[in-house]
Amino acid sequence: MNKLALSDEILLQVEKPVRYIGNEINSVVKEKTKELIRFAMCFPDVYEIGMSHLGIQILYDMLNHFDDVWCERVYSPWVDLDQIMREKKIPLFALESQDPVRDFDFLGITIQYEMCYTNILQILDLSGIPLLAKDRSSKDPIVIGGGPCAYNPEPIADFFDLFYIGEGETQYRNLLDLYQQNKHCGGGRRDFLRAAARLPGIYVPSFYEVSYHEDGTIASFLPTEEGIPGKVRKEIVREITDACYPEKPVVPYCKVTQDRVVLEIQRGCIRGCRFCQAGQLYRPVRERHVDMLKKYAVAMLQHTGHEEISLSSLSSSDYSQLEELVNFLIEVCHEKKINISLPSLRIDAFSLNVMGKVQDVKKSSLTFAPEAGSQRLRNVINKGLTESVILSGAVKAFASGWSRVKLYFMLGLPTETQDDIQAIADLSNRIAAAYYETVPKEKRSGKCQIVTSTSFFIPKPFTPFQWASQCTKEQFLEKAYMTRAAIARQLNQKSIKYNWHEADASVLEGVLARGDRRVGQVILQAYRKGCFYDAWSEHYKNDVWLSCFAQCGLSIEFYTTRQRSLDEIFPWDFIDCGVTKDFLRREWEKAMRGETSPNCHVQCQACGASRYGSGVCMENRAGNTMSGISGEGEMA
Amino acid sequence: MKVRIQFSKHGVMKFIGHLDIMRYFQKAIRRAGIDIAYSGGFSPHQIMSFAAPLGVGLESDGEYMDIEVNSHRGAKNMQDALNAVMADGIEVLSVRLLPAQAKNAMASVAAAGYLVRFRTGYTPEFAYKEKIDAFYGKESIPFLKTTKKQKLEMDLKPALYAFSLRGDDVYMLVDASSAGNIKPVMVMEAFYRENGKELPPFALQITRTDTYMNAGTEEKKSFLPLRDAGEDF
Repeated sequence: MNKLALSDEILLQVEKPVRYIGNEINSVVKEKTKELIRFAMCFPDVYEIGMSHLGIQILYDMLNHFDDVWCERVYSPWVDLDQIMREKKIPLFALESQDPVRDFDFLGITIQYEMCYTNILQILDLSGIPLLAKDRSSKDPIVIGGGPCAYNPEPIADFFDLFYIGEGETQYRNLLDLYQQNKHCGGGRRDFLRAAARLPGIYVPSFYEVSYHEDGTIASFLPTEEGIPGKVRKEIVREITDACYPEKPVVPYCKVTQDRVVLEIQRGCIRGCRFCQAGQLYRPVRERHVDMLKKYAVAMLQHTGHEEISLSSLSSSDYSQLEELVNFLIEVCHEKKINISLPSLRIDAFSLNVMGKVQDVKKSSLTFAPEAGSQRLRNVINKGLTESVILSGAVKAFASGWSRVKLYFMLGLPTETQDDIQAIADLSNRIAAAYYETVPKEKRSGKCQIVTSTSFFIPKPFTPFQWASQCTKEQFLEKAYMTRAAIARQLNQKSIKYNWHEADASVLEGVLARGDRRVGQVILQAYRKGCFYDAWSEHYKNDVWLSCFAQCGLSIEFYTTRQRSLDEIFPWDFIDCGVTKDFLRREWEKAMRGETSPNCHVQCQACGASRYGSGVCMENRAGNTMSGISGEGEMA
Repeated sequence: MKVRIQFSKHGVMKFIGHLDIMRYFQKAIRRAGIDIAYSGGFSPHQIMSFAAPLGVGLESDGEYMDIEVNSHRGAKNMQDALNAVMADGIEVLSVRLLPAQAKNAMASVAAAGYLVRFRTGYTPEFAYKEKIDAFYGKESIPFLKTTKKQKLEMDLKPALYAFSLRGDDVYMLVDASSAGNIKPVMVMEAFYRENGKELPPFALQITRTDTYMNAGTEEKKSFLPLRDAGEDF
């Protein structure tokens, strides 16, 4: 057993020492040799959040299957340990070896949400790695960023040596080979980065230069050297059934957010909701073969001992073999007393039947995400869920014994009016009314409970709404108050509970999501003034952030409320994410006309993802354009 | 059938709290393929109960839990299957079949033995080795127990069954029953105070050596390790 990086005295002082000791079941320990590449894989949030992330489990498993690599995990020390480590100058360590991160070859950081940006700086700072990539030397690890936020890496570009754009399964081997070659040839850090920048999917910010117009928008975004590509194309796994998947995921000791076997049944989504970034980034949708999933489900349950298994995908109901898979799981899990959790299922006869088998109907609730209250606005966002579908689903569910319904909406969507907000309250009321109309008194178990929640819409890069103006904090709050008042006027208001999000953090998230390189200095300053764990409302310091924007002379409104012109060069335009800007613009214009687009199974919308020759794009459908669609022509 | 499992907990595993150890064993039992019995109801759970929770930071050679199984392939088989899926730091030391009428592990607990080691740099500033017998020979050992709610004046002496030197370490056997349970650190605090010193925090590394049941009477106690309630199978 390893000697721990932290003394007993420290571990007994901090909350949950179990976060820092490693030694979990299925964690990988290798013998240290000179040749071994040391890779620290980090999720910049607390252990319980980071350990719930599937992507790290996949890459951890893949990298540790390479004989010449030892991949270990790193999470953000919680605020109590953070303070002790700073006071006692204890360097941040990786869990498995407990060795300092600064001695590793690579530090890979997955960036899943914008509000973790200051935690990235915490990780670097505690590790003793210079915060700015330009200040790093050959002694420092190569710092890599990946994950969905890497699709607009510009606000954090200064902190990373390179970004990996797309799915991690494809290029890591090549990247590591380049690293070894460069080392053997006596090449330096810059030589490695120059070679890496030529690999597909790899973006090295220091080889690109941005210039701006007087109005603050981007004039040009260009490579500074010959041979560095002008456009970085996302990487995807073409045959997802053959891709690596962990049979032995690491099992934490403490309860974590995702405390179960996670079976990723497919990647991508056919739906094309216009607010949704994941729906565009992971195109084309690719299904894993049901036989592979069955095999992995059994193996993963065996190797972890977890008491629950969950299916993971953006829209599980769209998985073509769902019925076969779920019936298999019910059989296997019933025997072994294992729970099945089925998120993101459409409510229909099949799913109600299945859920009746796997959950306690009385205790569980039914979830709908109409996202917008009125049909008009649902057409704008291309959410193909109609009121009649919601109501008939709810009625069927009520008949099967459910009495709790959760509804999710967004406030501040493009073109939203008071009528659309009123419609949120009306829809909530109609669902409650449907309960009292269809469930006879003697079969009711008290009142029905409708929980209506709203979040604030934040436009994201690579969505049709990337051109949209975001609401101000005041507008957001006004909309939330209007929703609350509208619900209070409903006949069944006593059966409806309303929750809404905080607005301050939504504004900042909007800046970070569509920010450019200049925003980096604000993040750095906010961190230096004590901001981190911004995703945790109790640690979020809005006033500090506001003062940092003022001191850096950057306008929040420029990034959030400003109306962007159709020909503006966006900070993320140098990335080819598979779907073309032309497609996104067509979708934006259709949205403004209130027109919907059919899903990928019904009709190809020529988004551009068919260039990857994979998944749904290979199916024979109406309007399928198998010829490559050029994604060029967007760059200045 | 009820099976009593004895395990040790050392090294980094001492930082894992009681609830997480329960979760750990629930998963380990699935990995080991033990045919454990489940409760009824909509969310069945494994029939499993632990003897005496061990505080975070303590090590142990005498942790116990009882499980109910539907079938088995012998004690050795079960012990090996469990040890094949243990994390570094936890080892299954014995597996015994309990007679049908046996009291469960928690209800059986009467006493626990502890070995107290002074961490490096924390050797007491008084000649502790010479003070041990005098301390144990006292008629009463008053102790002020402070909880969140109240302060309670109590006498540790009736709950202290042994207090002796083992090498440089101190061994003690104390009441660990639900009614009269005392913590070894309370005894050490009293020992320091008796000698005009205060026990500094983090001075001690404590190991539970075993957990005992009372095979004698209330008046004349006879302590046996919990595993002795069962037999090999």
